[in-house]
Amino acid sequence: MDRLLNVTTALSIVLLIVVLISVRRAHIRVEYSVTWLLAATAMLVLSRARPVLDLFRRMAGLPDTPLTLFLLGAGVLLVMFYRFSVIISHLRDDNIALAQRVAILEYHLHHLRNHEG
Amino acid sequence: MTPPPEPGSLLVIVPALNEEGAIAGVVHSIHQHVPGVPVLVIDDCSWDGTAAHAREAGAEVLQLPHHLGLGGAVQAGYKLAYELGFDYVIRVDGDGQHDARDIPRVWDKLKTSGCEMVIGSRYADLADSKTGTVRRLGIRFFRAVLRPILGKPVHDPTSGFVGVNRTALGVFSASFPLEYPEIEALVVLQRRRFRFEEIPCKMRPRVTGRSSITALKSLYYIVHVLLGVFVNILKFERRLHRPPEQGGKGG
Repeated sequence: MDRLLNVTTALSIVLLIVVLISVRRAHIRVEYSVTWLLAATAMLVLSRARPVLDLFRRMAGLPDTPLTLFLLGAGVLLVMFYRFSVIISHLRDDNIALAQRVAILEYHLHHLRNHEG
Repeated sequence: MTPPPEPGSLLVIVPALNEEGAIAGVVHSIHQHVPGVPVLVIDDCSWDGTAAHAREAGAEVLQLPHHLGLGGAVQAGYKLAYELGFDYVIRVDGDGQHDARDIPRVWDKLKTSGCEMVIGSRYADLADSKTGTVRRLGIRFFRAVLRPILGKPVHDPTSGFVGVNRTALGVFSASFPLEYPEIEALVVLQRRRFRFEEIPCKMRPRVTGRSSITALKSLYYIVHVLLGVFVNILKFERRLHRPPEQGGKGG
């Protein structure tokens, strides 16, 4: 059990470092890094605070602590996937509207030039 | 194309992707059967000479900066038509399968019936149509699904030969399904208590190219459209519901 928690701690620290480096290099925008940083911090805290993890296990009625950690990790990932799906959907809608607007403006511009020419 | 000076004006839109072999014939055919009516080809970022061929044939061309898919391309045409002030828009496909001789009938039906959408139906009599078994089953399936939703039967819910009036144009300019739009568009209209009519039309074989529909795509199509239909039913858009008395131009 301790080994599992240590691995989780190490993975959380690696994730924090990777995300921070990515933000520094502008590979991830700051606003989109927040979810990752929160998730990594949450996993780090849970892996180092055994009483908190046990509290979750009792509340969920789960038989053992590793399963609790796994389910919490999966839950965090699901929330993140949902959040990113929402963001991607918004971006796609905006992108389509912008492309249509660009095409319509180019159409008007083309006709304006022809009219002036 | 300048803003239309007179009421009752029609624009024919032709969404096209890599249809350089067919698009000139489509434009010529429209000009021949509805002379004086402007034709707008929406080029969904083709990598062949679709846009050039359309211009040479006498069409206006709206060139999208990147590929948006059928719904995005059609909506771009609707948006431009709405901005320019057209009262009616009829969409025909760029592959030459729709017969331009049917356009005046769709236009007349739009003007005389007062309904918001007219569908050029290939399958007014499904039994007589030259449709493959799988496609026929698919159409029967969607007919059965749509019948209780729309409150009336629709013979050809997947037809791309569709005319709309200015009221529907305003709605579709603001909100239009982006992938496989035909069936979802019917549900969007029904949610606003708009009406549609069907008139029987002929369908010709493709002039050039091949259909991109595969078995896997058909399955994806069914799942996607079903999801889209039920999402549209569940949407609550109170402010978009049509009031009892609709004012405005051409409505």
